[in-house]
Amino acid sequence: MQRFILGSRNKIAFISGALILAAFLSKWTVGNLAVFEGLLIIASILGTLPIAIQAYQALQVRVVSIDVLVTIAVTGAFFIRNFEESAIVTFLFLFGAYLEQRTLNKTRSAIKELTEMAPESALKQMEDGEFVEVPVDEVDVGDVLLVKTGAKVPVDGTVLAGEGSVNEASITGESIPAAKDPGSRVYAGTILDNGTLQIVADRVGEDTTFGRIIELVEEAQDSKSEAERFIDRFSRYYTPAVLVLGLLTWLFSRNIELAITILVLGCPGALVIGVPVSNVAGIGNGARHGILLKGSEVISDFSRLDVMVFDKTGTLTIGKPVVTETEYYDSSIDATLSYLASVERESDHPLAKAVLEAIGETSYFPVSDTEVVKGAGIIAAVDGRRVAVGNQALMEREGVQLNEKARADIARLEKNGSSLVLTAVDGELKVIMGVRDKVRSGVKGDLQRLRRLGVKQLVMLSGDNQGTVDAVSRELGLTEAHGNMLPEDKAAYIKRLIDEGRIVAFVGDGVNDSPSLALAQIGIAMGGGTDVAIETSDVVLMNSDFGRLPHALGLAKATARNMKQNIAIAVGVVLVLLTSLIFSDWMNMSIGMLVHEGSILAVILNGMRLLRYRLPNRLTRGI
Amino acid sequence: MKSATIQLEALTCPSCLQKIESAVKSVGGVVQDSVKVMFNASKVKLNFDEATVSIEDIEKAIAKVGYEVQKSSVK
Repeated sequence: MQRFILGSRNKIAFISGALILAAFLSKWTVGNLAVFEGLLIIASILGTLPIAIQAYQALQVRVVSIDVLVTIAVTGAFFIRNFEESAIVTFLFLFGAYLEQRTLNKTRSAIKELTEMAPESALKQMEDGEFVEVPVDEVDVGDVLLVKTGAKVPVDGTVLAGEGSVNEASITGESIPAAKDPGSRVYAGTILDNGTLQIVADRVGEDTTFGRIIELVEEAQDSKSEAERFIDRFSRYYTPAVLVLGLLTWLFSRNIELAITILVLGCPGALVIGVPVSNVAGIGNGARHGILLKGSEVISDFSRLDVMVFDKTGTLTIGKPVVTETEYYDSSIDATLSYLASVERESDHPLAKAVLEAIGETSYFPVSDTEVVKGAGIIAAVDGRRVAVGNQALMEREGVQLNEKARADIARLEKNGSSLVLTAVDGELKVIMGVRDKVRSGVKGDLQRLRRLGVKQLVMLSGDNQGTVDAVSRELGLTEAHGNMLPEDKAAYIKRLIDEGRIVAFVGDGVNDSPSLALAQIGIAMGGGTDVAIETSDVVLMNSDFGRLPHALGLAKATARNMKQNIAIAVGVVLVLLTSLIFSDWMNMSIGMLVHEGSILAVILNGMRLLRYRLPNRLTRGI
Repeated sequence: MKSATIQLEALTCPSCLQKIESAVKSVGGVVQDSVKVMFNASKVKLNFDEATVSIEDIEKAIAKVGYEVQKSSVK
């Protein structure tokens, strides 16, 4: 019976609404006060039932909940025969709860969409070799599973047989499907667009990358800051205090009307849910844009950021050197490139790989008498000629003459931070290549947006030499750039900033920056789903998309603002209600309940705005 | 000692957290400090001593204060 009544709360709200409407219609049209009162009495009793049951349940576990306050207030109104108040207050309370339910579901929808992408079933190979559909909970590490076209990959695993392309947007944010064949890794929650795969489970359930992301977001949406914990503790004593206050008022003034009005006004609704609502909507917006924000504490720190420190390689730059410029010094280009490629093919130096990639298809010659000169390059015999590939020091050693143009080119390339690969054939300079780790496209504009969002200092730290670092810094317009830094130097630098009282964010790929990520107040990982980065950081940019950083900061600021607005609404409403109770004569229970429910809806609707947040145009204009 | 995650119907009212928390804590064998009611996720996480109390008892305590348990997992 109890369950039935509670289950029909929403229906009861509408019925009692209709009864109240009918009561007032009959009063205004026919003027029949008996019908008017009768209808209101029915509405009051009906409306009080679910609230009283909830109050009873709360008292059983010794909690003075808001239901208790409302039940007492309504009963009081009923006994002083103020049926109008008792009916309207119960209706508003139930109807408000209904609206809260609807709107709250909306604010939570973004995160719900994410968690609903979790796989539920898997085709598991049984002992007889047949594949049988089982719930995903029953899959263990080492099981062999079949994934068909259109299905979700149920676990993190390795492809045993078959091929296909997988949409990994749920993990990486990348919408272009990735090709998979035997040996490839696949991730839970991704979708097989075409083909059929047989996979072996490596990680299952909450241990999968997707499982961890969900876990993290779920924790984040309910994580509480110090201020919220204070509000929670406060509200625990607030409701009983209001009850005592109401009782005292009644005892001393013998004014039931006033006493029960205090009970209704004392409901702390908007204060308790104002911040969580902003939090869930802000984190939900982030989740939709490939940004994981780990909770309200992170949001609040992030929004007050002073200094943003970047790792260079892999964060501001692509992380892979490429040939950006090539200068030739005679016309035998094809032959030179063939010799160069033949020599570089023997080396696994990163510069050699970049050179080979730039040359592309060519013919190769056998290479003999290879001599590696440490820190300078390689000398070898190719096609009967002596080929030297390396830096300027190697050319000097070989006695290669550099003409005016070559010297100018070298100076220019060094200045823009390139490493040089010079090639000489039989003592004559043929070609110079400038190899550089290119800046990610769009980074310059993103940094400008961050500045406009109020980041005071943009600092780059790198293990590379100062010349390279300065070149990148000039290109991007950073505040400061420091080279020759080991991971522990970076961490020490961040510690110094924090000691100076600055709020510091560190942006890195999490491969060797874990100390810095952990140390900075806000560790931002460019995580293509790497586990360490997800664990140690406070903010994760999925798919290593640097372009999401301005949105992340803007969103954090908007969310922090939204939380403050909600606290202001909640506190403001309580203050206004209490003062008007004391100083004005228009305040009564119904208006009190209306304002109370209205303020709850106001904070929810305000929070909901965050779901649609995007970076304002004024921040992007002219970039 | 086991840890449980209990999925409830969507929690919407501000004061239900306190009710659920008190209800769960009142069950003997539940580690008091471990009880965490998550408003937005509508979940309860807790540790309990499986020798003293079963997950069904904890679920019953939650149902008694008026909230529907949808799913629970124990590890």
